[in-house]
Amino acid sequence: MNFDLTEERQMLQDTLRRYLSDKYDTETRNKIIDSEEGMSAEIWAELAELGVIGALFTEDQGGFGGFGFDVSTVFEELGRAGVVEPFLDTAVLGGGLIARLGDDSQKELVEEVIGGSLHIALAHGEPVSRYDLSHVETTAKSSGDDIVLNGRKSVVVNAEAAGQLIVSARESGDVADKDGISLFLVPVDAAGLTMRGYPLFAGGRAAEVTLDEVKIPASARLGEAGKGFAALTDVIAVADVALAAEALGAMDTAVELTRDYLTQRKQFGRPIGSFQALAHRYSDLLIEMEQARSAVINAAGHLETADAARQNASTRNLIGRVGRLVAEESIQMHGGIAMTKEYELAHIAKRIVMCDHRFGDIDYHLERFIELSAA
Amino acid sequence: MDLNYTEEEIAFRDEVRAFLDEKLPKELSDKVAARDHLGKEDMERWHAILNEKGWLAPNWPKKFGGAEWNAVQKHIFEEETARANAPRIVPFGLSMLAPVLQAFGSKEQQDYYLPRILSGEDWWCQGYSEPGAGSDLASLKTRAVRDGDHYIVNGQKTWTTLGQYANKIFCLVRTDPDVKQQEGISFLLIDMDTPGIEVRPIILLDGVHEVNEVFFDDVKVPVENLVGEENKGWTYAKYLLTHERTNIAGVGYSQAGLESVKRIARAERANGKPLIENPQFAARLANVEIDLMAMATSNMRIISKAAAGQAPGVESSMLKVKGTIIRQEINDLARRAVGPYAMPFPSETVEGDNDPIGPDYAAPVSAAYFNNRKLSIFGGSNEIQRGIIAKVKMGG
Repeated sequence: MNFDLTEERQMLQDTLRRYLSDKYDTETRNKIIDSEEGMSAEIWAELAELGVIGALFTEDQGGFGGFGFDVSTVFEELGRAGVVEPFLDTAVLGGGLIARLGDDSQKELVEEVIGGSLHIALAHGEPVSRYDLSHVETTAKSSGDDIVLNGRKSVVVNAEAAGQLIVSARESGDVADKDGISLFLVPVDAAGLTMRGYPLFAGGRAAEVTLDEVKIPASARLGEAGKGFAALTDVIAVADVALAAEALGAMDTAVELTRDYLTQRKQFGRPIGSFQALAHRYSDLLIEMEQARSAVINAAGHLETADAARQNASTRNLIGRVGRLVAEESIQMHGGIAMTKEYELAHIAKRIVMCDHRFGDIDYHLERFIELSAA
Repeated sequence: MDLNYTEEEIAFRDEVRAFLDEKLPKELSDKVAARDHLGKEDMERWHAILNEKGWLAPNWPKKFGGAEWNAVQKHIFEEETARANAPRIVPFGLSMLAPVLQAFGSKEQQDYYLPRILSGEDWWCQGYSEPGAGSDLASLKTRAVRDGDHYIVNGQKTWTTLGQYANKIFCLVRTDPDVKQQEGISFLLIDMDTPGIEVRPIILLDGVHEVNEVFFDDVKVPVENLVGEENKGWTYAKYLLTHERTNIAGVGYSQAGLESVKRIARAERANGKPLIENPQFAARLANVEIDLMAMATSNMRIISKAAAGQAPGVESSMLKVKGTIIRQEINDLARRAVGPYAMPFPSETVEGDNDPIGPDYAAPVSAAYFNNRKLSIFGGSNEIQRGIIAKVKMGG
């Protein structure tokens, strides 16, 4: 047993933490959130330069990491600083799918992703699919050498910035079948593809995407026809680790801010942290933070094992519960100041809570854990 | 990061398993599995078996006859013995008094008492709490006044676990009432046969005689039974409390308890289906299992730090709180799992009636549920722990 980071990961963590604490302060970040693009191209390029994206890919894929603990190390730091740039979407989901399924020419896109010059978005969720990964109503029909896509994709994070969307569409089977789902690389300027873009509650942007008789060549398919589900499950397992770690980092910031506030803010002539009513609640946050940290270690440490799905479900359930507690209690213990947009905690709390809405919330993961435990 | 045991650790685990397979008497493991109460002879029998193997004192240095295991080995041993339903090792002499004697006792005290702890000649109990000194232990009032070669002890101790079996008691007593509370306390070793000592049982809400009151009326204690220096007892007591904090999370007990709840929930039926398939029950069970998975890793993180020579700090307080909440939640699940058969009083505590009522597994669950309310009260109540955590982490 060993719970220390390797030297390389320790360096990555230090570098990333230093960069973000220098360059990504509250004011800078809040300006990025309010910008038209909802992200900073400069920050993106610099973080790519620092190797943050490369760390999310294995050596075979052209990166230098890609294991559970690489993913958790990177995302914990991104979460700590409340980073809104779409590393999950472009790298973990987009780049991850292309690296797993792409042919040689498609795989060249991974290099662009790692270098920071290409954004990708996964257009998978649909208006009624909720968190059900196999629910795909969007259709893909062959028409000669072409494929025609029809359907709607919802909350496609990073769609506007992406050069390419990875669109899931059904080539065969019933609406909720795991078999029959294919993945396609679709350029955002394809005829018949329209987007309605909007800002997200916790920063960044997404779009509702409509595919109306979108014609793409059959060579745009990623992997085999109808066999996209397994790869989707794989990258979403990595995303589960990333989201849990991101929430953990953000929670750490929330608890730190709360500690500072409890020791500095005075009411009735003394620091409010000296009141037992607050001190004990603060202790409960710290106790649950230890749980959260262990849960992320469990998920990251089991990502490459047969138990990954159950561990991920367990971790995301726990992180969801503790995340909500930390977000709500931190705001409560701060009082009014935490309700203001310009105070750091406001954004951090939103990031924590919104993590619970990607690829399954507390209830979804609890159900998944029960199913997988019974299996 | 590596969540797996090393090859050496696995080899050690296999050695422990082989030992338990061969040497743990089935009568004892059956009793533990059924949550029957173990008598003094049962506990002494298991101690003797461990002592013969040299494994009775895992945390003692070798020079005192211990196994001197590191934190990971101790954890593996605890995990495996819990899994095998071995009786608990009674901790008072072995893991509470002994480290104090080893650190602060005289050579004579070490030579005399330590072998007797291993051999089982002495059964120690702990004289800390008093009716007026619970969480605020330093306010204790039991008085020891020096009179020539003796201390004369007067006062009362309470919550003395298994004191009815003990022939010795280690006590915190007040030797100086005129200084700051913590600076007037001494650590005394007292023979339970000394005239003036009276032990009275306290029957707990589950009907069991587990704890006692101990009264001291002009009890004469030889001065050589003072441990360390007079009025330094609080330091030794704190050492005792912080030193022996392994297994504070009770991960092994929780894991065994969870398995037992699952067995019950597979056997019980609700709406014509196994209870374990009931969505409400399954959700509660899954929540606590998820909490336990994380806590088991927290526990390993602390153990791995301890094995690397880093003293656990406030993390042990955090584990104590979370660990006891989880154990109590599992007890509650078990109680609810058995339905109406949680209601009968356990027949073994009712005179003249020894046939179990309802399914075998139902008998102990209410007793366990009520008895384990103690977990969040003793060893520094969970509120005291929260106070410690906040104080340390807010730098006050």
